[in-house]
Amino acid sequence: MDPVVRIRGLRFARAGKPILTDLDLTVARGSVTAILGPSGSGKTTLLHLISGLLRPQAGQVELMGHPFPRGRRALYQLRTRMGMLFQNSALLTDLSVFENVAYPLRAHTDLSESMIRKLVLLKLQSVGLRGARDLMPNQLSGGMARRVALARAMALDPSLLLYDEPFTGQDPISLGILVRLIRQLNDASRLTSILVSHDVRETLRIADYVYLLDQGKIVAQGTPAQLAAENKPWVQQFLQGLPDGPVHFHYPAPDLLTDLLEI
Amino acid sequence: MPRIEIAVGAFLAAGLLALFFLALQATNLRLSGSTSGYTLIARFENIGSLRVRAPVTMAGVPIGRVTDIRFDPNTYEAVVELRIDPEIRTIPDDTFASIYTAGLLGEQYVGLSPGASDQYLQDGDSFANTQSALILEQMIGQFLFKSAEEPLP
Amino acid sequence: MRRFLAQLGRRGIAFFARLGRRFLLLLHILAGSGELFRHFDQLIRQLHGIGVRSVAIVSLSGFFVGMVLSLQGYQVLTQFSAEESLGLLVAASLVRELGPVVTALLVAGRAGSALTAEIGLMKTTEQLAALEMMAVDPIRRVLVPRFFGGLLAMPLLAGLFSAFGLLGGYLVGVDLLGVDAGAFWGQMQQRIDCYADLCSGIFKSLIFGLVVIWIALFEGYDSRPTSEGVGRATTRTVVQSALAVLCLDFVLTALLLGV
Repeated sequence: MDPVVRIRGLRFARAGKPILTDLDLTVARGSVTAILGPSGSGKTTLLHLISGLLRPQAGQVELMGHPFPRGRRALYQLRTRMGMLFQNSALLTDLSVFENVAYPLRAHTDLSESMIRKLVLLKLQSVGLRGARDLMPNQLSGGMARRVALARAMALDPSLLLYDEPFTGQDPISLGILVRLIRQLNDASRLTSILVSHDVRETLRIADYVYLLDQGKIVAQGTPAQLAAENKPWVQQFLQGLPDGPVHFHYPAPDLLTDLLEI
Repeated sequence: MPRIEIAVGAFLAAGLLALFFLALQATNLRLSGSTSGYTLIARFENIGSLRVRAPVTMAGVPIGRVTDIRFDPNTYEAVVELRIDPEIRTIPDDTFASIYTAGLLGEQYVGLSPGASDQYLQDGDSFANTQSALILEQMIGQFLFKSAEEPLP
Repeated sequence: MRRFLAQLGRRGIAFFARLGRRFLLLLHILAGSGELFRHFDQLIRQLHGIGVRSVAIVSLSGFFVGMVLSLQGYQVLTQFSAEESLGLLVAASLVRELGPVVTALLVAGRAGSALTAEIGLMKTTEQLAALEMMAVDPIRRVLVPRFFGGLLAMPLLAGLFSAFGLLGGYLVGVDLLGVDAGAFWGQMQQRIDCYADLCSGIFKSLIFGLVVIWIALFEGYDSRPTSEGVGRATTRTVVQSALAVLCLDFVLTALLLGV
């Protein structure tokens, strides 16, 4: 099967500082692919490069078998086939839950009002928030907002769904709901999902394939089982959340005693 | 939404009303000014710095405005069109049209001094008697010229 | 020395890059103005946010400025026994200068800063990126209605300012100081030209509206997506708008007077 996303030799720097270097990555159709890594490893940047919010400085990004389009119109055309769940949920604050989910439908289709209503209610039903349709975003809890944003990302029935840190700042219950939802939606709607996160446990529960990213490079990849068998010390430290290992607890500093004795 | 719409409607209405109020109450714009009244023509040798929209007065009371100033290349005169308010119908045909200055350095206006004739000027008529603007330099020049002619005592 | 030159060069490049982004944004907004007719409700919403909510402060300020003008003008004019010209003085100052300028400053402080903060916050919370991901151009959808709402509201607000200013001037001049009411209105009606004075004032406030809203939108759109970045951008909006309005006022006045 042809991959949905294929990245070759990707390089990206911000203000002269390299963020991603010579990155190769493939996402198989129908899979949940996770990109795991500590904060500042370039995960979100990678996601923005896949969505076209950023442009690579070298290398190529292929989406659904085609190189990334240059023109705005073609890019927008492509974006109607992908959805993205942002870290902050990014609901439009001046619109109700219903209008937020209806927004992409109104912008890109000429459906009748009753048709839009049906579609929106179905999408909200699938995330379990049909009853919250008249609330405003500031009345929602973080987990609910994320589910509404998920319904919105799904509104146009995309074939690729991107998740930016979907698990951060969630209480255990909404975390469980989200983990199940991501897997369910992926299998029920024959989606391909790319998930960027640093929450190891939740991610490994649902991912088919995992890339481990550190300082702009891929350090390990494979299925969750393959990763668990990986014996690189950094990988094990990250996956098990050990406080000390190749990444030291202390930020590089001179010896404590000499530091204290210095005037 | 309707409340917002009402508020915006009220805002637009109030803003436009304010602009109209300013235009009508605080400026020389007169809605009736250009459509009613009738036009008289005065020819001057020299109009000084008379401008279009300058007032036309009779006995010091504004009764009209200057609407146009042209140069007549045949007679080398300035042709000034005056629009007179419609209720002023009885301007004798031997009326004197002069250009005066409001104050020492003020703006110039056209003053009408009524004659004694019982024929009245009609739309499009010309004044028979006009007096040009007084030009300060000319007056001084004439004064110097005269005093040079007179022998010193 | 070399470090100084490099510093200067970096500053210069940053300055011109910013200037370029500014103009690109304006072009983008103007190119997207067709969006207005498809989403008229957005324009109404912005007219409410920028216009209606500034009415109170603008009218009240106008009223007080008119009263002060009348009070001060009277003191000076009585020295030349020219207090009949008080109406002319008040009206000319308001219609030509104070109306457009002070209104622009008030709108920059009241609505401009709010716009910058709103758009900066939309950027911080990724709402703009979300629009982009929904294949909706955030400039057309978010900035265009705000731009034209502000452009439309500004001259109307300036008109309100001047009208209330005249009212305040009248109250102080005629009712308090005893200037003849006929002279108060008559002098201004004779000497204030509808086109040269009032229309040039309206023209000025249109330009000020454009500049103030443009600065506010750009600063919001270009702000760093952090709470500190938005705060800085808001301050910059007020400072830059005030400076731009006052500088432009001089330039425009010189041009309009044909100096």
